[in-house]
Amino acid sequence: MKGLRGVLSSVRLPALSILVALLVGGLVIMFSDLEVLAMIPNNPIGALGEGIGRVGAAYSALLRGAFGNPERIVEAIASGDPVELARAARPITESLLKSIPLMFVGLGVSVAFRSGEFNIGGEGQFLMGGLGATTFAIVLGGAGLPAPIVIFGTVLAGAIFGAAWGFIPGFLKVRAGSSEVITTIMLNYIASLFVFFLLSNWTLIQREDGTQPISKALADYVVIPGILPIPELRLHLGFLVALAAAVAVSWFLFRTTRGFELRTAGLNLAAARYAGMGASSSIVAAMAISGALAGMGGAFEVTGTIKQFSTVVSGGVGFTAIAIALVGGTRPSGVVATALVFGALRNGGGLMGLETSIPIDLLFFIQALVIMFIAAPNLTARIIRLPFRRKSKEAVA
Amino acid sequence: MSLRLELREITKQFPGVLANDRVSIQVERGKVLGLLGENGAGKSTLMNILSGIYKPDSGTIIVDGEQRVFRDPAEAIEAGIGMVHQHFMLVPVFDVVESVALGAETATGPLGTFDRAAARAKIVELSKRYGLSVDPDAKIESLPVGVRQRVEILKALYRKSDVLVLDEPSAVLTPQETEELFGIIRGLASAGTSVIFITHKLHEVLEVADTITVLRRGKVVGSVKPKEADPEQLAEMMVGREVQLTVDRGQAKVGSVTLSLKGVTVLNQAGEVAVANVDLQIRAGEIVAIAGVQGNGQTELVEAVTGLRPVDSGEMTLNGESLVGASPRKISDAGVAHIPEDRSRDGMVKGMTVAENLMLNSYHRKPFSSGVTLNRSAIEAAAEKIVKDFDVRTPSIHTDIASLSGGNQQKVIVGREFSRTVSLVVAAQPTRGLDVGSIEYIHKRLVEQRDAGAAVLIVSTELDEVLALGDRIAVMFEGQIVGVLDAKDATRERVGLLMGGAAV
Repeated sequence: MKGLRGVLSSVRLPALSILVALLVGGLVIMFSDLEVLAMIPNNPIGALGEGIGRVGAAYSALLRGAFGNPERIVEAIASGDPVELARAARPITESLLKSIPLMFVGLGVSVAFRSGEFNIGGEGQFLMGGLGATTFAIVLGGAGLPAPIVIFGTVLAGAIFGAAWGFIPGFLKVRAGSSEVITTIMLNYIASLFVFFLLSNWTLIQREDGTQPISKALADYVVIPGILPIPELRLHLGFLVALAAAVAVSWFLFRTTRGFELRTAGLNLAAARYAGMGASSSIVAAMAISGALAGMGGAFEVTGTIKQFSTVVSGGVGFTAIAIALVGGTRPSGVVATALVFGALRNGGGLMGLETSIPIDLLFFIQALVIMFIAAPNLTARIIRLPFRRKSKEAVA
Repeated sequence: MSLRLELREITKQFPGVLANDRVSIQVERGKVLGLLGENGAGKSTLMNILSGIYKPDSGTIIVDGEQRVFRDPAEAIEAGIGMVHQHFMLVPVFDVVESVALGAETATGPLGTFDRAAARAKIVELSKRYGLSVDPDAKIESLPVGVRQRVEILKALYRKSDVLVLDEPSAVLTPQETEELFGIIRGLASAGTSVIFITHKLHEVLEVADTITVLRRGKVVGSVKPKEADPEQLAEMMVGREVQLTVDRGQAKVGSVTLSLKGVTVLNQAGEVAVANVDLQIRAGEIVAIAGVQGNGQTELVEAVTGLRPVDSGEMTLNGESLVGASPRKISDAGVAHIPEDRSRDGMVKGMTVAENLMLNSYHRKPFSSGVTLNRSAIEAAAEKIVKDFDVRTPSIHTDIASLSGGNQQKVIVGREFSRTVSLVVAAQPTRGLDVGSIEYIHKRLVEQRDAGAAVLIVSTELDEVLALGDRIAVMFEGQIVGVLDAKDATRERVGLLMGGAAV
């Protein structure tokens, strides 16, 4: 509806930000390499070449880790062996797999953003979702119910647990005026420690040997089914549900009465009051929905991808999701696209770490830069424009 | 007679707008130049260039016959140009001496401390010389607005300004305070100070200026002497076409009481009494206009009537039904239209489309909502109709309302509120910041509502508007209604005195 130009203009800043962040990340790789630094005094040109080489190796590994080895893919296509082809494509499916939790939590953060709430509690809501799903998978699985019912029940439980964890800060804000920024951060700690406590003490879900805060491994038949025909490819139903959730969120925000109220409250609370909307219920609803989405993300991560629950399953997803929501412009389509990119980066980071000993932390650094550049569009525009200034002047002349 | 200051062929381009197009003005020593123009005519841009905030794309500034380039405001001040902004730049907790000397302090003693005594003596001397009576030791926050303005003028004089630029100085003043200001301006001029007086009010330039220069859409339309000009001619120069200065309206056909307030008391945000024991009745088919200087309880009164602020005590009924404790939605659904005082804050949602803004208080009703989902085609059809009926100039109903002009934004609000049958219209500052064409239009629509049988409550700080529209005029002062006059008895002077708190 917006036309190609509209889409291009909304993609430009995020794309530029990611690009600039990768460039700056490259500089960091270059200047944090001790060998390169040692070369600089005697042979600066050589150091530069060596540095660029290192960056190239790192980013090449990153890309191969994320999208597969092109040679191997070509060979697989030539051989025509479907199993070999699938294996060559495995990095791509792993990238998609990594994007699932990012999509769910990113969508959740976006719904909250749209209603003017800054939900920093994705981490806690994700963990609570994982807890709910694990508990129900063990209980329902033990009761011998049919698999589809168990799976539906576990995901629903995850959503409800997450929703409850989002409802609390929303309710506190409306009733007591407490800032959701503070309460969601605090609830992250509470969720993390609560989960730790249960995993250490509750024999129902705790692993049998009972020393570490890890849950029982989930039985095969309560696990979210895969959607690709080859077992090595782990991509599961959660991916399709995440895409469906994006469509549902978009429908909710832009097509429903409640979504209209929520967006109005987010853009201008005074006008929402003036228009007679119950702004309080919008805030609570948005936070609960936000939590439910994060909780579903936790459910799919635990019962689909990892198949075992522990306190580390979230791995900072709640914070990365804030970046994803911002980069995606809090639009569901933008969130999906950004989550795919970030999922690919995370997946590729593994191979980069193996091949070049550059820690995956660099990717968090790049993520942080992306947020910075999105938040400071003028800075990004300036960095991008500087090298091309002469060219653009000529174009004008 | 010598030229103190001249701007020659000043041009300033902003993205999409030619704010100043070869504008030339001349200011003589000891004379008052009235700079007349609508909002957006380029007055503020020109003054920002003069005071060194903007740099012109082309053109020259000539001070005392010498060409000058101001690289920053300090250089303009050094050349003797002093600005008094519409929104005062004072520190509330400072006293007058501190506020005036701030940034231009003289140091004394070994530690270079602020020489308060010297500053105070200079300020006392200045205020005596120019008749700017101010208590030098009073805290700014304790001073009425009119006196704060004098402090701003003192600030400029303290910096040895002899070209004083006053930007819409009467916006915050009562008519009497405005008269006092004119006295001060005349005094300054006769002592040799040049004054540039920026305004959109015709009678003010006619009264105080020696020369009137009219700006329209970034260009100088012409310069006239007040003696040779009349309001109609100036209005036409300003707007570019013939303008009706009075609102055409017949006799009010008054019906039964629609809104009734008895002993209504309302508290402000800080819990202080903002509206004190107000009695007011508005009948169907009449316009009651509330006059008053900003901040005398009008805002709180309007918020109480529309349900946005609780009534602390008293009775408030609409067609006999109590409104006390009713939610904004209930009041709106009972047939109350509300044009809010702060358009941007309350009346619209920037970032949403014109169509969405038009639905802001009816989106939940059939046919726009099924209860769960929005009916887009019904919303779009209704929006198209309102845009057409109310002559909203917008590229499309899907345009972000933020990109519309103020006049068109207000038309969206008026269209939204008046596109249904209402029994009470509450309009607060309905034409603030709008161009003359939009003002005429909004006034016409308000009178139409009256003639259609609605009770209309207008709150305005523009005395002209109150006098032009009100069938009855109520004046608010310090939270109370200090007088209600019939239109035929309401003169500028009587209303002005009441606005200042004098008993009539």
